[in-house]
Amino acid sequence: MQDFWRRFKRNRAAVFGLAIILAIVALALAAPLLFPQSPFRVVGKPFLPPFGEYFLGTDVLGRDVTAGIAHGARTSLLIGVLATVVALLIGTLVGGFSGYYGGFVDDLLMRTTEFFQTIPSFIFAIVLVAILTPSIESIIIAVGAVSWPPIARLVRGEFLAMRNREFVQACLVMGMGDLRVIFQQILPNTISPIIVTGSLMVASAILIESALSFLGLGDPNIMSWGFMVGAGRTHLRTAWWLCAIPGIAILLAVLAINLVGEGLNDALNPRLRHL
Amino acid sequence: MNPFLLEIDNLAVDLPQGADRPHAVSDFNLRLRPGEILCVVGESGSGKSIMAKAVMRLLPEPHVRASAGRILFAGEDLLASSPARMREIRGSRISMIFQEPMTALNPVMTIRDQIEEVIFTHQEMPKEDRFQRMVRLLRDVHLPDPERILYSYPHQLSGGQRQRAMIAMALILEPAVLIADEPTTALDVTTQAQILSLIRDLQKEHQTGVLFITHDFGVVAEIADRVAVMQHGRLVEFGEAKQVLNTPQHPYTRSLIAAVPSLTPRDPKPVDPQPAVLEVKNLNKVFRSSSGLFGGRSVRAVQAAKEVNLALHRSETLGIVGESGSGKSTVARCLVRLIEPDSGSVQLGDVDLLGKSRRKLRPYRKRIQMVFQDPFGSLNPRRKVAELISEGPMVHGLPRAEALQRARRLLELVGLDPRSADRYPHEFSGGQRQRIGIARALALEPEILIADEPVSALDVSVQAQILQLLADIRDRLQLSLLFITHDLRVAAQVCDTVAVMLNGEIVEFGAAREIFLNPKHSYTRQLIDAVPGKSWILPTFKKTPKGENP
Repeated sequence: MQDFWRRFKRNRAAVFGLAIILAIVALALAAPLLFPQSPFRVVGKPFLPPFGEYFLGTDVLGRDVTAGIAHGARTSLLIGVLATVVALLIGTLVGGFSGYYGGFVDDLLMRTTEFFQTIPSFIFAIVLVAILTPSIESIIIAVGAVSWPPIARLVRGEFLAMRNREFVQACLVMGMGDLRVIFQQILPNTISPIIVTGSLMVASAILIESALSFLGLGDPNIMSWGFMVGAGRTHLRTAWWLCAIPGIAILLAVLAINLVGEGLNDALNPRLRHL
Repeated sequence: MNPFLLEIDNLAVDLPQGADRPHAVSDFNLRLRPGEILCVVGESGSGKSIMAKAVMRLLPEPHVRASAGRILFAGEDLLASSPARMREIRGSRISMIFQEPMTALNPVMTIRDQIEEVIFTHQEMPKEDRFQRMVRLLRDVHLPDPERILYSYPHQLSGGQRQRAMIAMALILEPAVLIADEPTTALDVTTQAQILSLIRDLQKEHQTGVLFITHDFGVVAEIADRVAVMQHGRLVEFGEAKQVLNTPQHPYTRSLIAAVPSLTPRDPKPVDPQPAVLEVKNLNKVFRSSSGLFGGRSVRAVQAAKEVNLALHRSETLGIVGESGSGKSTVARCLVRLIEPDSGSVQLGDVDLLGKSRRKLRPYRKRIQMVFQDPFGSLNPRRKVAELISEGPMVHGLPRAEALQRARRLLELVGLDPRSADRYPHEFSGGQRQRIGIARALALEPEILIADEPVSALDVSVQAQILQLLADIRDRLQLSLLFITHDLRVAAQVCDTVAVMLNGEIVEFGAAREIFLNPKHSYTRQLIDAVPGKSWILPTFKKTPKGENP
């Protein structure tokens, strides 16, 4: 663990990314304390510029943008993390069984995965949310459902490589059951690439959520960054900050997560370590 | 006139910080004469390959680099030469053959393109002459139909043919020095014998000085004029081959030679009158590879086991010997159902192992256990030693505390400190890991232990210790041992009965003594003849306390 942290620290950009993420998490956690009222509440005149009466100004209807950013951070992080967990669960199970059993199971699961991969993922997410009616649960399900195929392929590859390793064979000779071999023996050995891909997936989940909210397919009762960009876009020429501020928030979050993901990759993948 | 081709003076090669020692090679001196084969012997990590690479300036600089000394070749210090000058020397004046003929050849170029490239780089020669020269050399290395071979890709050739092509490539410009880094280690024993005699003949004919790196004393006995023994990056003994092999002076050399298994079979044990504990009848397995989008047509079928019959008695060691691809590992894996055989029966006492579904088989699995070849791949890197060993008994219902206790006891039995139970596999050496693998197999208290090449990844001194351990355990626990090996010397020392396999068939099966001293089948005779250093009678010396590695 110490060794891991030492290697992670060596990547300056990753440490920077981690700091940003921690700041966003702190903001999200503190949002109900800093802004106890609903972020949808009208607080003053519309189109107040930033750094005036309200720190980041007010929007089209006179809502406090700062409160929106803070509460939006909750939404983005929540959806990003939960959708990734859903994707990791499906992807690991499908990929694991596919790689471990091979043959017919592999064919069946991989053809299913390819079926999902051939549908453009964003369109597919829109369709899912539209069918399931926009709500935070349906967004999580939709984002998870379009994100798992790459995980499944990755895990399958790892399992294929591990399956014929002698330590796995030793377990089979011992009489260990298949599920135990899969989850107890092989999975812990494939966890590093899963963590790295998962961390990067949080960023893409946040992007998909923002895009859905921008199109008006977000949960109408929950403030989100994508919704704020969408609401401000018609006034881009008169009040550009309404789009720019939540846009920058999205940019920072996604950038930070990517930097951390790359740092994790360096730290967890000793093959890339320099001599 | 300088009597030496290559002079290495006080060579030192530094390792990067954090390595297990500061120098890979230190204070190393060596002289190579024209027309001799100088064998450099040592165990893994002795620095022998690093030394050879330093001569070619192929070290991964700047992490690993020569820090002191000189390497003189025809009056020129190679360590001080420019990269451009080194490129001129490599391939034309000094050339090298590598261990792995598959990876040393470029898979997307024909043999002709690769050999011709060497000529292009160094000389101008008319097309016709080039071709004639290549054909002549391929004929010299005894490749059949040289013109066809020239237009073949590496994957179309067998391992032995590839190594011959490599040798042809190395010799095409008649270099003064040939460095051979374990050139026969990846080859089967019969192929190895041919390649060794080929190198010997060509070297005599061209008066090439050969620096031959190897870990195998049998090979040394077969080919060397002079021998240099390396340990921990230092030269510990140097002399004429006869002298080093028969009257070694340094204790390390003695311990190495003492660890070489003798080809004379051990004294036979009385045959157990009880019926066999394991009986294999008419076992068959065909591997089919198919092509096409949905599997469909089968393209190639390899018969890996064909009507195999075996019987293993109580506390007996049965050896299955054969070359790679003979099906010996397939048979072992069929017995434990890691591979599903096509037909046949395997009877363990009163239990039919093949008639059960995989799920129903599980309770019986503990009666046959397996020790694997690769000491690095056979232990789960994420689990502690105690967990690795106790896993099996726990699967079969032993409470955790008891299983852990048994694990500690077993560590002691296999000669490891019980305190090492809380460490991870990567903290152990290859031999120690193999001991852990044996402890894991024994944890289930099996009646039969299958050992699939358990010592072929180990150094010779460690190999001797592991073989001793296996023999001890077999006698102490009354185990029956099925021992799979390609090494006839090992088989001679370990086995009571031997089955010789060729292309999936058992061609000869009988008492080890009979097979080694009076082989019936021509293939068995061929195998025994090919054992390197067969005519070398191992010297016996009193055991010095220093000679034994702890």
